[in-house]
This record gives sequence, C-alpha cells and structure tokens, in this order.
Amino acid sequence: MLNDKRYLVLEDGSVYEGYKLGADGECPGEVVFNTSMSGIQEIISDNSYTDQIITFSYPLIGSSGFNTEDSESLLPTTSGVVVREAVEHPSNFRSVENLDTYLKRHKIVGISGIDTRSITKKIRNNGVMKGQITDSSDHEETVEALKSHEFSSDQVARVSTKTPYISTGRGHRVALIDFGKKENIVRSLNQRGCDVTVLPHDSTAKTIMQMKPDGVMLSNGPGNPEDVTEAIGMLKELIGQVPIFGICLGHQLIALAGGASTYKMKFGHRGANQSVKNIALDKVEITSQNHGYAVDAESLKNTDFEMTHIAINDDTVEGIKHKSAPVFSVQYHPEAAAGPHESSYLYDQFIDLMTTKEDI
Amino acid sequence: MPKRKDINTILVIGSGPIIIGQAAEFDYAGTQACLSLKEEGYRVILVNSNPATIMTDQEIADVVYIEPLTPDFLSRIIRKEQPDALLPTLGGQVGLNMAVELDRLGVLRENDVELLGTKLDSIKQAEDRDLFRNLMNDMGVPVPESDIINTIDEAYGFVETVGYPFIVRPAFTMGGTGGGICYNEEDLKEVVANGLKYSPVSQCLLEKSIAGFKEIEYEVMMDSNDNAIVVCNMENIDPVGIHTGDSIVVAPSQTMTDKEHQMLRDVSLSIIRKLEIEGGCNVQLALDPHSFDYYIIEVNPRVSRSSALASKATGYPIAKLAAKIAVGMTLDEMINPVTNTSFAAFEPTIDYVVSKIPRFPFDKFEKGERTLGTQMKATGEVMAIGRTYEESLLKAIRSLEYGVHHLGLPNGDDHSLEYLIHSIKAQSDERLFFIGEAIRRGVTLEEIHDWTKIDFYFLNKFKHIIDIERALKENPGSVDYLKWAKKFGFSDRVIGHRWEMSEDEVFKIRREEGIMPVYKMVDTCAAEFESNTPYFYGTYETENESLPSDKEKILVLGSGPIRIGQGIEFDYATVHAVWAIQEAGYEAIIVNNNPETVSTDFSISDKLYFEPLTHEDVMNIVHNENPKGVVVQFGGQTAINLADRLSENGVQILGTSLDDIDRAEDRKRFEALLQEIKVPQPHGKTATNEDEALANARHIGFPVLVRPSYVLGGRAMEIVYDESELKNYMRNAVKASPEHPVLIDSYLTGKEIEVDAICDGENVIIPGIMEHIERAGVHSGDSMAVYPPVNLSQDEIDMLVDYTERLAKGLNIIGIINIQFVLSKAGIFVLEVNPRSSRTVPFLSKITEVPMARLAMHAILGTNLADSGFPPGLQLEKDGYYVKAPVFSFSKLKNVDITLGPEMKSTGEVMGKDKTLNKALYKSLVASGLDVKDHGTALFTIADKDKDEAVELAKRFSQCGYRILSTSGTADALKKAGIPVVIVDKVGEGDNTLLRSIQNGNVQIVVNTMTKGKEVERDGFRIRRESVENGVPCLTSLDTARTLIEVIESMTFNMNEM
Repeated sequence: MLNDKRYLVLEDGSVYEGYKLGADGECPGEVVFNTSMSGIQEIISDNSYTDQIITFSYPLIGSSGFNTEDSESLLPTTSGVVVREAVEHPSNFRSVENLDTYLKRHKIVGISGIDTRSITKKIRNNGVMKGQITDSSDHEETVEALKSHEFSSDQVARVSTKTPYISTGRGHRVALIDFGKKENIVRSLNQRGCDVTVLPHDSTAKTIMQMKPDGVMLSNGPGNPEDVTEAIGMLKELIGQVPIFGICLGHQLIALAGGASTYKMKFGHRGANQSVKNIALDKVEITSQNHGYAVDAESLKNTDFEMTHIAINDDTVEGIKHKSAPVFSVQYHPEAAAGPHESSYLYDQFIDLMTTKEDI
Repeated sequence: MPKRKDINTILVIGSGPIIIGQAAEFDYAGTQACLSLKEEGYRVILVNSNPATIMTDQEIADVVYIEPLTPDFLSRIIRKEQPDALLPTLGGQVGLNMAVELDRLGVLRENDVELLGTKLDSIKQAEDRDLFRNLMNDMGVPVPESDIINTIDEAYGFVETVGYPFIVRPAFTMGGTGGGICYNEEDLKEVVANGLKYSPVSQCLLEKSIAGFKEIEYEVMMDSNDNAIVVCNMENIDPVGIHTGDSIVVAPSQTMTDKEHQMLRDVSLSIIRKLEIEGGCNVQLALDPHSFDYYIIEVNPRVSRSSALASKATGYPIAKLAAKIAVGMTLDEMINPVTNTSFAAFEPTIDYVVSKIPRFPFDKFEKGERTLGTQMKATGEVMAIGRTYEESLLKAIRSLEYGVHHLGLPNGDDHSLEYLIHSIKAQSDERLFFIGEAIRRGVTLEEIHDWTKIDFYFLNKFKHIIDIERALKENPGSVDYLKWAKKFGFSDRVIGHRWEMSEDEVFKIRREEGIMPVYKMVDTCAAEFESNTPYFYGTYETENESLPSDKEKILVLGSGPIRIGQGIEFDYATVHAVWAIQEAGYEAIIVNNNPETVSTDFSISDKLYFEPLTHEDVMNIVHNENPKGVVVQFGGQTAINLADRLSENGVQILGTSLDDIDRAEDRKRFEALLQEIKVPQPHGKTATNEDEALANARHIGFPVLVRPSYVLGGRAMEIVYDESELKNYMRNAVKASPEHPVLIDSYLTGKEIEVDAICDGENVIIPGIMEHIERAGVHSGDSMAVYPPVNLSQDEIDMLVDYTERLAKGLNIIGIINIQFVLSKAGIFVLEVNPRSSRTVPFLSKITEVPMARLAMHAILGTNLADSGFPPGLQLEKDGYYVKAPVFSFSKLKNVDITLGPEMKSTGEVMGKDKTLNKALYKSLVASGLDVKDHGTALFTIADKDKDEAVELAKRFSQCGYRILSTSGTADALKKAGIPVVIVDKVGEGDNTLLRSIQNGNVQIVVNTMTKGKEVERDGFRIRRESVENGVPCLTSLDTARTLIEVIESMTFNMNEM
C-alpha cells in the first residue's frame, strides 16, 4: 500500500517527498503548473510541454483514464508529471489504462503524493523554475546539477514532423506548419473539409508556396519563439501572399515576423478556464491555454498588426491581426482538446478568409 | 454594461418556510442578492413568510414584509410599494410560481412591474414540460421519450408505445413532489394519480426511464451581453433515478473525459443562451456510461439548491452576481469577489474534491419509507472538502451526525448479509453504509455495481477505504500507516478503533509525530491568482495557508445539517453571534459543514472553516488558531454536545459554564436546583431500566411523559397511558442505561408557555412570552405560538417572569436560555430548560426588535446587560399579534404518521402578524399552506376521549356553512348534539368509505384525533395519510381545529338565528 519514495527537487533548493509514478529516470525540466480538472491525457501528450514538468493543481489525476483516441501527439515529450494522486482505478467507457501505465509506456517520469497547490503558489509567486524528479536522496547534488543545467533551444526541431504528410480533405488546401502541433488542429481543419498538408517547421516560403495553398496555418509548439528563426524568416516572406492563421507559438512567430517582440512570462497561462475578451465583439470567451511566452503589447504599436483579443485578468495579448493582409493569430487554443469549444469560430474565420481572400 | 438607472425599487420574493426540497439555500441566495442590490444603490423590498431567516432581518432589505407568499398578499404589497421591478429567481420554486401567477393575474402589467433576470416566457419554457420538450427538440438536444398527460387514460396510452419503466414528473412542483417511477400497472395507477393531484395544473410528464445513466449537473451563468460561463459541474454518485437532492454528489465530475465534459458544457451553455436567462441556471443531464449518448433531464431557470452547493464548492458567489446581472451588469466588468484580483467572467477551477451527502429525517421517522426515488426526502445536507476523494467522503460522513463515523454502520456486524444486500438493492437512504459493510464482507464490486449502477470509480474508492482499514489493523501503531490513513480522511476515532486504542491515544501519537492537518484556501482559481478569501478546509499536506492573525479570536460552532428539530433558526443565531463578536472587536471564526446556509458564506465571518463538527476536527482548528474561547450556545445540540470534551482538553467554553449546562440537563441536579430556587415542576423521576420505570410511573400516576435524557426535538418522547405501553416503550424505543437514563414525568394537561431570556449572570432581559395554541404534549416546535399571550392574567405573567429570572440566575446563565412552562389547573410548572439558543429566537427577535442572539453574545463577551439599552425584566409588549405556525413536509415522506405529539415533526415555520389576533392567525395558516375556506366539507373522526370537545367544534363548523362528514361512532355523538351529519363508511367497510371521499376531493378539511388500539390506530393512520396524499389539511389537535374555526368565524357570517 505504501509505495516507494521519490522526490521533486526545485532549483531554489526546495524538496518535495512523494511516491514513484510512471517511468524511472531523471529528466530535468522547467516546472510549470496547469489548473485544468479534465483533459489530462490531452495535456500530457501536448508537445508544447517539451522539456517541462507539469504540476497539476487539481489533485485527482487520471480519474477518467487514458484512451486510444484523445492524445494530442503520438509521442508525448513532457519531461515529468507531478500529481497529488495518480488515480489507480480510473473509470470511463473508453479508458484502457491508468496514469501510471500511460506514463511508463511513454517513458515519462512522475511523482505522486505531492502538495501540488503549494508548488502552484510557489511558481505563482516566484515564477517558473527548473526542477527534477529523482529517486536520489542527495538533494544538494540534484540542486547543483539543476543550477548548471541549460535547456536546449531545439525543442521545435525535436517535435516537428521531419517529412511532409497529408491528411486528406476535399476543401481548401491548407499548409499546416508543424512546430509541435496538437492533433486536434488537423482534425479541426479536416472537419471543415480542409485538405491538410503537414509540413516540417523549417519549410521555406518557397516550398510552401509551391504547394499553392489556400491558406497557411501555424501550429503551437514548445519553447522560446525567438529560437525558431527559420520560421520567422519564412513568415516575413509569406505575410501578404496567402491567408495565415497562427496559434500559440504560431501566433508569437507571426508577431516576431511582423516586427513585434515577445517576452517570457512569470508563470504563463496553463489551463482550460482562461478568460479572453474579443475586443471587436466586447465579449468574453473561456479559452484553453498553454503558453509561457507572450507578445509584448507595446511592441505592436509600430507594426502592421493590431490587438484583437486580450486576457481580461492580466491584459496580455491574446490575439492579433494584420491591418491589411489576411493574417491573424491567437495565443490560445481554438481547437480546444482539452478545453472549451467556444473559440472554434476562429477556424471558421480562417475558412472564410481562404474563401474570400480578403481582409478579415 | 453599467447597471440600469431606469429602475429604483426592486421587489425580491423569498422562498417561504423550510420544507423538503426548499431549505436554507434560499436564505443564503436571497440574503446575498438583497445585499448585492443594496450595494448598487437600489431600494429593495423583500417578502418572505419565514421569520427564521437572515434575509428577513431589517438590515438586509430596505423594507421587509413577513407576509404569506400568495398572489393575494403579494398583489397588495405591489400595489402599495409600486416597485419598478420584480426579481423572482432567488426564491426557489415558490418565487418563480408567484411571478407566473402575478403575471397571469395582470398584477405586474397593471402596476408596471418589470420582471428581472429571467423572462416569463423562459420560465414557462423551462417549467412547462411540453414547451420545454419542444424547445429541446428545436435545438436538437435529446430528451428522453416522453409525453405530457392530463389523465390516467393518457398514461395507459403512453405505456403502449414506450413501455415500462417510466418516470412521472408532475408539472410546477418543487423537489419532485408527487413524482415517482412506475414499473408496472399497479405503480401507474398510484403514482400517476398522485402526480396529477400535486401538479397545480393537473399535468404530468411521463418519461422513458433512463435509470442507470450517470447524472451530471452544470451550474451556468449568463449576462445580458451574452457572456456565459460554467461555474461548476457535479456528478451524482447515485445514477439517474434518485433525486439529485437525495444523491451523494461529488464536484468536479470524476468519470468524464474532457470530451464528455465539453459536450455537456456546450449544451448547457446553449440552453441558457436559448432561454435568455440573465443570471444563474441549473442544467441536469443524463449521460450513458457506455457511450457519448446523453439526455437533458431538467433545467431550473433560477438559483437552486445545486447553485448554493456550487457556490460553496467553488467559492464563486452565484446569487450575489446573479442579482447584479439582473440589473444589467456584465460579468466582464465585475471583479471576482473571491480573489479581488481577477474578473467574474471566468470559470472557477478547483484544486480539491467536494462531497455532498444529503441528511435524511429517518432518525425521526423510523417508520417512513426509506427507499429513495424521484421524490426528494432529505431535509438538509452536508458538504466536505478534501484533497483526496476518500477524505472528502469520510469528512462528509462524519458531518452527518447520524451516529455514523465512517463507511459503515456502528452496529454493522449485527446485520445479516441478506439484509445488507436487500437494503442496497432497495436504494435505502443508508445504502452507502451498507455498501461499505458489504465490501468489508467480501461482496464483489461487480455485484454491487449490478445492484446499484454506481460507477466502478466510486466503488473502487469505497474499497480503498476498506483496504486502508485492513492495513491499519495489520499494522497497529505504525506511524507510516497513520499518516497514510489521515491523508484519506480517516478520523482518529476510526483509526483508534482499528488499533484498539482510544481516540485520545491516537491523537497523542499524531501530536508527537507532528501529523497535524494544514488548512488550504478555497479561492475559485486553484491558486493561479493571489487571493485573500478567508475560506479554508483542512487536509493532510505540507503547506498551511491559514495563518492565525494577531487579533484575539472567538470560535463559533455552527449547527451542521438542517434536520427536523435543528433547523435554520440555529444558523440565524450563529450569524448574529458572529456579528456581535465582530462588533466587540474580536476576530470571529466559524466552523460549519452545511453548504446551504448563510453562516457558511465566507463574507459573513472573519474566517470560515468548512469542516466537520466533531471533537477531532474542532480541536485541530483550535490548535491552529488558539482562540480565546469557543461559543457553543448558538449551534443547537450539535455544538453543545462538543462542549464537554473540548473543555476537558483545555478549551475555554465561553458563556454559561459547562457545569451549569449540566445542571440544566442532568435530571437530579436540575431537581435540586428547582427546589433551591423554589420553581415547581411536574412530578417526575428517572429510570435506568424497565422495572424502575414501571415502579416510578405507578408512583407518579399515568399518563406519564417519557423521554431519554439529552435529546433534541423531542426525539423518542411519548405520552404513555398505561403499563403495557410503557413496557413497549422501554423495550423498543430507548436503550436505557445508567449513563443514559429515561425521564418519566407526570403528564399535565394545560396551556404551554414558552419564554426566551438573555442573562449576564445578574441582569435578565425577557424579550417576550409566547403562548402555544396546542396544549402541552405537542412538541413546542410543532405548536402554533402566539405573541403576546392572550389567555394569561397579570399574576400569571408576573409569576412566569419571576420563575424565568430565578432559573436564569439560578443556572448562572451567561448568554441565552429557553424555558417551557405548562399552565395547568394546579398552577405553573416548568417543563424544560434549554441553556442555549432556541428555535424561537429569530421569531421573537423580529417581533420585539430585541436582537437576542447579539445581546447574548455580548453578554458572553462580558458586556453588562444593564448597558445594553434594554431594561431588565419583561420588555414592553409590542402592538399587534404575531403567530408562528409550523410547516410540515409530510407529503414527501411516505408512511410517516402525521399525528402531532411530543416528537417534533415539522420542517419549518411561518409568521403571521396583524392588528387583530384572528387576522394574524389567518395569515399564519395561509402562509403555512392551509387554504382557509369559509365553506366546504369537514370530516370528523374523533377518539372517544375527545368527543365532547369535538362536538362543540363540529357545531361551529356546521354553523359557518360546513357540511360535516363522519363515521357512525362520531356521527352518533354529533347527531345527539343536533348537528346535521352525513355518515360515511369506515375504512374497509362498504363502498362509500371516508377514504374514497377524501380521494374524490369531497373533503376540504379532516379533523382526526388519535385512538389507541391496533386496528383503530391503523385506520386512523390511513385516514391521515390519505389526507396528506390528497393535499387535504388534516388537523390532529383539537386546539388547532378550534383556532381554524375561530378564524373562519371571524371572516364569514354566522347563519345562526339572532
């Protein structure tokens, strides 16, 4: 009944004792928190969490289990998972396994029995920090190793598709640039009839335009947008040529290509209850979010972009559009999974844009 | 959008008396709403007939009307006050029904009153089954196959196409009154007929039963700018088929993936948008456990019991914001009052698990039918918060105060496995405990699932609890296992039981090992935003967020779940005590576990601990806060019962000392006191066994009043007329022992008088004296009470005041005291003394404007009452007459005998007030739901001992124009007195039985008094139940009947010759 011990060590020296969960091993990562109460499978399998350790503030993780349909990527790249309780006996008609076996299968290290609320508060107050889940009880050594650990800047390259592939449809031809895309982006486009070609992150403007796409979609992805230099160059060429819709990292890349800047947030937005105001409609959408970087609102001032959506609680930029070209993007996830569906109108907007090729 | 400036005065309708299906949650919602509207500068007019509420305090609204909630009285208020708008969505089903009626009568139009919040069409669309079904069909939202029927024949037609089983839901009723499931033709006849009777429009929805589906609820809100959010979703552990009010509920839902959650969220939001509800709305859905198929069950276009639960579960104050939305404000411009750092347009997310367990009245109604179904039966509920599911469940269980402390019954071993299985299959209210016991005996989860359709997720959690029990047993004294068990909510008591140790010994180990709970904040946002909500729950983790302040603190213990005998009155007193503590400059900390109440609104106290009211849980809080003392006087017996052990553990109990409380409750010591202060009491003795009881009763002389010591609400109290009855009582009703003796008193007939007083040890303030309508022997909670007394001489009043002062001083009362006297031929005797706040405190406070609970609390904190502004002694009599009338929920409780007696049976109360006594009585009767008619048919079935008295009453009914019906025995007596009477057949004799007359609607009032003897008793029971089931008032006390005829006489003309 009492499981083997395991530790979560943070770079500030704090140590949390818990129990073994998932795979064995030691993966350092950036410790972030997510406040969602559902969609655990979608979250863990979201490649935007590459090199990150997800702390779930909600305590019962995996109560509806893991199934064969809801993963957002086939190969999750999340570094680690911190939970209060890993539900041993989940229940749902589609469930095939529990959190522990899912993590083991995907070689993700986990720890349970942790006061995740206290970690959430620590991150809220001090910002995200490096951490490691470990079986070693030499915590000083772990802290030293963490302090000197540098995360690589090639996360996008690690999770993007290496070769193009097609997800067929009979409607608009969409080039989806994969920076670590969630599967539901492809599904959302397919559902609207789009013929989707998924392209590697480093595709050039030329290759993309050779496809003669009706529109280009930029996916979400991990890491610092400034590291994804090829894509920024590609976008500088592409803006104005073809309708473009960006999500999350894709949104940040559009902003950078347009001359704005991005910055790293203290602890980001990760959850399924983030309130965003659509400025034109003066209406609030509850959105699903997962980002640690944001577009600097001030930096938009001297660009061709304007803000369309704003986070009501901290006034950060949640959406922008080009003043004349058919380009728009949002920081959050209109494809949901996990999260509310009410922003899916943005996909419809993208379809309209490809249909009329006019300004939105 | 800013608030509307074109309206100034808003009328708010409350929900009236507490009944099953409509409890304290509407006091919470209404209070929040009124304060919220006042905060925005509106003039608020409140109408509610229930005096025991915070919302009817003068501070809550600008004008408070304690008047009957009928279209007639509301119309008068509207015509007088000319409000600009009416907000009907905060007073439960009563509020909505009133709005519909006032519209139908044209009152709203004539007086130019706008309906706020929910449009009338939307109310109708959500409430009228046919319109609702059409709306859902239009939206493409699935609803179970169903049909609206108005006759039994139509029900047969439905069965032909859809088949059994099906559910019956009467239109426009609350808490599913009169509903049920039909499995066969027999059920059809009974349940459909019942449903048609209870529906004010004689309409029922028959619906294909989807029993076994998961029942999921969404609490949604929307503003005028189309911003819509989900505040909370909840999963009923009991699948569809058991009323959600009777279900064990967990938040957030546990067994849905995000796909199902978002699917149901989408449909819930589309419904609130379609109905254009500006405010809160509750959507109940059924989800197939094996697919994505779902159905909409029901939509409540108003705040509800579930929204109160959702507010307490998340911290998000739905009613407060719904009121602001109703006056045009939008969610994106309002600050989230919980965080104060983020906006209200936001979906709360929680980082804990919440369990709600209903509280049933079957400890009082042992013969009541305990099978749960679509008719709600619970009187109240408890909620508990934990970081594990097991913790939240076990904390909720020990909050129930059933004598259960864990997942099992204390005497679980006594039951045979067959009995356990039977009770689980029968969906009895105790099945959770039976399931625990069954798992303990090795019954497989598959079997239990087959019987109950409870999801395996929860069954596995239950099993986990049993597994921990076993591990504890195998590892006695193990600190590791102790830590483990505490994380899953095990109490020291239960751990001690497994370790064969006392609770205190376990606590000692915990203290030594530093295994103490930490307290976490409820903040709506899972710590994402900085928050300062003073709302906490305990759990076993690392970080404690509830850091004590430097201020001196007073801990107030609340009264737990609403049950018969301990209702909303105690929450009223608790809240007032908190206010007084704050006025006196202390920090007021409250501990309570009832999610319905005002006291568990975190904005009431300086700090709220949402925790079980057990010794262990309270001691843990004491250790964290180190308060100056604990107040136990206001939380009913729940709080009083904790006092002894708290005190033993060095906690200072404030107010009347424990020793003096004991002197009031210990029979022998109380007798000694009465002798010393020369206050007489009926002759009485205690007995610890049957022989002693018989000897004592013979000595005192029959009839005697018997009851166990230390009880609330007259539980197990009976009037016993002879030795065989006494034997029966001693064998079956009580477990007498030297620690728990039985009290045997001479039963004196006479007027019952009730007095509440406040004392600081020297000065005694008596706000007023109340006279009961029903003679002594009817529980004071079930009696009508009149202020001021109308049949007392000045000498008698002087003597009552004198006795009250002697008792208060003699018992060294610091705080409040409640005394019941009987005024018999032999003089005034004291029947009972309660050294604590009583049921009548809010009633009397409202009449006399003496803030009793507040004054008492100030006295407890050391204020000299001489400085209170109120003179000592009996206060000057107020003008007018004030009547408290009890309200019962018998129609919702099958097989419960409604005869009034020493055991309390009412669930709530109303107040009627006016310049004359008869008008006040009339209002109280009407407010209690009795339709006072000036003519009709009255059925008299009277016990021999009461015949003389009844004849006189029957005569008066007859003279007012009532037709009198009776069976042969009573008819003889009536005929002799010259009263025209129609004879009907007795139960089981002939075709024209009195039961048939009641069923046919040919009787408007039944007067029935109890006859002893097996067969007659059973017949009487059937008459009384038949009345209840047919909605015919049944009076079992001739005193009540006399009052009614006096009222009728005063409102009609007498046809006597002059």
